[in-house]
Amino acid sequence: MKSFRSPRRAALLAGAAVIAATTAFAVANFPSVNAAQEVTSAAAGDNARMRRLTPEQYQRIVNDVFGGDIEIRGRFEPIPRVSGLLEVGSGQVALTAAGFRQYYSIAQGVAAQALDATHRDILVPCKPATPTGADAACAQQFLSKIGELLYRRPLFPDELAKQMDIATKAATSMKDFYAGLTLSLESMLVQPQFLYRQETVVASKTMPGTSELDAYSKATRLSFFFWDSTPDRLLFEAARDGSLDTPAGLKKQVDRLVASPRLEDGMRAFFTDMLNFDQLDLVAKDATLYPNFTREASDDAREQTLRTISHHLVNQNGDYRELFTTRKTFLTPMLGSLYRVAVVNDKPNGYPQKWSAYEYPEGDQRVGILTHASFVSLHSHPGRTSPTLRGKAMREVILCQRVPDPPPNVNFTVLQDTTNPLYKTARERLNAHATEAMCTGCHKITDPIGLALEHFDTDGSYRQSENGASIDTNGMIDGKAFSNSSSLGQVVGQLPAATSCLVNRLTAYGLGRDASRSQAGWTKQLQGSFAQNGYRVTDLMKTIAGSPEFFQSAAN
Amino acid sequence: MSTFNRRTVLRGMLGGSAISVALPLLDCFLDSNGDALADGTPLPKTFVSWFQGLGFQPTFWEPKTVGANYTFGRELRALQPIQSKVNIVSGLKVFVDSHAANAHISGPQGCLQGGLEHPNLPTIDQIVADSIGTRTRYRSIEVSCDGSQQAFSRRSATAVNPGQPSPAALYADMFGGGFKDPNAAEFTPDPWTMARASVLSGVKDDRETYMKRVGASDRARLDEYFTALRSMENNLQVQLEKPAPMPSCSNPKGNSFETPQGLLVEEVRQTHRLFAQLLAHAMSCGQTNVASVNLAGSLSNMRRPGAQQTFHMYTHEEQLDPVLGYQKDVEWFSNQVAETLVEFVRAFESIKEGKGTLLDRSLILYSTDTGYSRTHSLENLPLIMIGNAGGAFKTGVHVKASGDSITRVGLTAMQALGVPVGSWGVESNNTSKTITEFLA
Repeated sequence: MKSFRSPRRAALLAGAAVIAATTAFAVANFPSVNAAQEVTSAAAGDNARMRRLTPEQYQRIVNDVFGGDIEIRGRFEPIPRVSGLLEVGSGQVALTAAGFRQYYSIAQGVAAQALDATHRDILVPCKPATPTGADAACAQQFLSKIGELLYRRPLFPDELAKQMDIATKAATSMKDFYAGLTLSLESMLVQPQFLYRQETVVASKTMPGTSELDAYSKATRLSFFFWDSTPDRLLFEAARDGSLDTPAGLKKQVDRLVASPRLEDGMRAFFTDMLNFDQLDLVAKDATLYPNFTREASDDAREQTLRTISHHLVNQNGDYRELFTTRKTFLTPMLGSLYRVAVVNDKPNGYPQKWSAYEYPEGDQRVGILTHASFVSLHSHPGRTSPTLRGKAMREVILCQRVPDPPPNVNFTVLQDTTNPLYKTARERLNAHATEAMCTGCHKITDPIGLALEHFDTDGSYRQSENGASIDTNGMIDGKAFSNSSSLGQVVGQLPAATSCLVNRLTAYGLGRDASRSQAGWTKQLQGSFAQNGYRVTDLMKTIAGSPEFFQSAAN
Repeated sequence: MSTFNRRTVLRGMLGGSAISVALPLLDCFLDSNGDALADGTPLPKTFVSWFQGLGFQPTFWEPKTVGANYTFGRELRALQPIQSKVNIVSGLKVFVDSHAANAHISGPQGCLQGGLEHPNLPTIDQIVADSIGTRTRYRSIEVSCDGSQQAFSRRSATAVNPGQPSPAALYADMFGGGFKDPNAAEFTPDPWTMARASVLSGVKDDRETYMKRVGASDRARLDEYFTALRSMENNLQVQLEKPAPMPSCSNPKGNSFETPQGLLVEEVRQTHRLFAQLLAHAMSCGQTNVASVNLAGSLSNMRRPGAQQTFHMYTHEEQLDPVLGYQKDVEWFSNQVAETLVEFVRAFESIKEGKGTLLDRSLILYSTDTGYSRTHSLENLPLIMIGNAGGAFKTGVHVKASGDSITRVGLTAMQALGVPVGSWGVESNNTSKTITEFLA
């Protein structure tokens, strides 16, 4: 399990056990029976698609509910990326036997830690009558409280009864109250209500004749959209008292979610998904040719981009298009050595923050997130760059366009002909390859924009030339000319496809599926309002979450 | 199988009085040869699907002669010392029909799923596991040697098995705390395992309630969830029973299974060596009968230190040697793959069982994605089957087929392993023709 790199992480780790316990207690104080009945009656309707938790969400929920010091020991079954997003893939993936085994092993580790001697007194709101036997009342307090947080709604009576039954029987036979709770908790952690975000659909209160998510499902959708985690106490309250079903109540919650520092978690989660940054874990460069590209440098490169995005979009409430042109970023000494710029840490001695704000000088080519080591190293080979992969990523990831797969029975004879001169630059190699008619079409889509980034080597470092030959970064995209990475960023940011892509991805990310055909009008409206609001992503998120369409089921 | 009610067990037996079963000596269970149980039941057959993309260069791997006592081409020369255990088929292809041939993807689809672009078709290893993997602790094991979680194994489009990339993690899971030595005289079921089996059984019993609470579109996926859960429950159940004795079982403890994960050829091979050892021990101990090994994927990015190009890039970009007529760097990688496959076989041969070895009751199927990676060809894919499949196969034979579907290999493997299947594959890749020359 990779660790999280959010700046909030340290704070979470330090105090989360207490914070989580406080949240948990507060939720437990609400009567759950009425709410449970309400959900039961709604459950007969056709539900929305269920989504499997991503590894990051799983970790964040565990930390939010049980404390930041609970470790995840194990590896999760991967989720496929569909329509450019793991969040969409999570709505289509099932579970294998091996995957279940992994979840069960992780669940056992989490439950054992949560109920060990150091955590049980914080997380269990009561003391058993005797630690060597069952105590139904105390078990119920713990299980109903934790159950709500894990299932993201109050437990149905039969669900609570089942968990109680497990705890009681096991506590009795094993003569250990906490062993009973442990077995009950680990079983909750592998049940579909936890592993999958299940949504319940009811008749719409705001759009008669249509159906929408019930209040708890709304709370869940909102909280994952903005915070990438399970709903907090106030969201639960708003679901329970019905206010989340009113426009005013919804607006109040959305405003609160956006104002919270946890918005940064949500923003980073979305861009990690959209930019395929989960795959950076697998990126390695040849250690002989690129000694500076260490694991730490790669981790820092990801963090650099996420920090740049988060600072620009959340802290500065900046224009999305400027992500492709901004000269401002954050660097560590490690990245400074990779980029060959002096990173001056002006913090007081011993200050543990290794990140410094950095602004590239006017005229520098290192402009915008596409020139960051994260993007250029991810879309390259281990031993050299790939303008094709970079161009393909720009088309597919940034502009939501589809580049066809390479054909079978490719003729590589031109490239392999020994009588040809040695090709020194990527442009020469690709030009030779693209003389084949069957290859030309697709390479025209990808290569010109990828070649604009050729000054950035596969590890993200800057190079003036390749094999002694100078690098030509001129090209065109969709009829617009650029001369280098800097003007490419300006052109890309201004393409209508760049901003409409963001709207489409963000919508699909929230819904867990591409917007339906009947929602085309809505996404068009969203694009209009995105432009009107100066391409501010937080405003766009508010608009999306404030729309009835956001809570419609796929059937609508 | 268990005859006690698990709930009764949970209520009555967990109270500290774990069962301790005294058993007769190991020898009484085995026949005098040590390769079967005393009642004559042979040790189970085992199957390994071993995958590495990019194949071998055509005309440089095929034996020149058919039948027995053939000599491998230069790309496969590493296999010559084990030739008597190796069956090889040339001349098979993947029929594309009306589908779009997809470089590096169509090959494994045809060979392992029996058809192109039918994402719900299960892979052979999973079909085999349904037949010979239900009584073991692990129904099947999937591993990946290149640091990724890719494995060429699936039950359906939405249940694609991940590959375990870490030998250390597999060791800990299999031979760590949960391991029960099948040859131990005493057997004590773990009270936590008992409790968990009971708990999962309870979850399973509520299946119908769950199903009612989700929409129609989610029911199929929830159904797969319960299939996975049943598999886990079965796994726990197996651990509660006294395992059948396995004559050559030993826990490979004391060895380090830590490995530097990466795509350098030597890193991939080192990871593979550890997995080979672990899987051989797993099968000799009855932990699983089915495994899938992904060496380094189809679009293989294996590489040498200091090189700009990867295996895959060489196949497309390296010039043919004008004298020799093949790609020399590609051949270097091909030889590495062949040597690695031999190491896998040697790990199975190192487990002695009676007069023979674990390999005798095993079938190892090598498959790949292309017949000629340089052009993404789907013709004449190299297919290799190693081991006697528990007496079902004679070995050391080269069969030259003439343009039949690659599915003949999968069908033959499944029949040899006892899967009741008469024909296999879809569309033009459907076949009922086994490779009879291999059958004993």
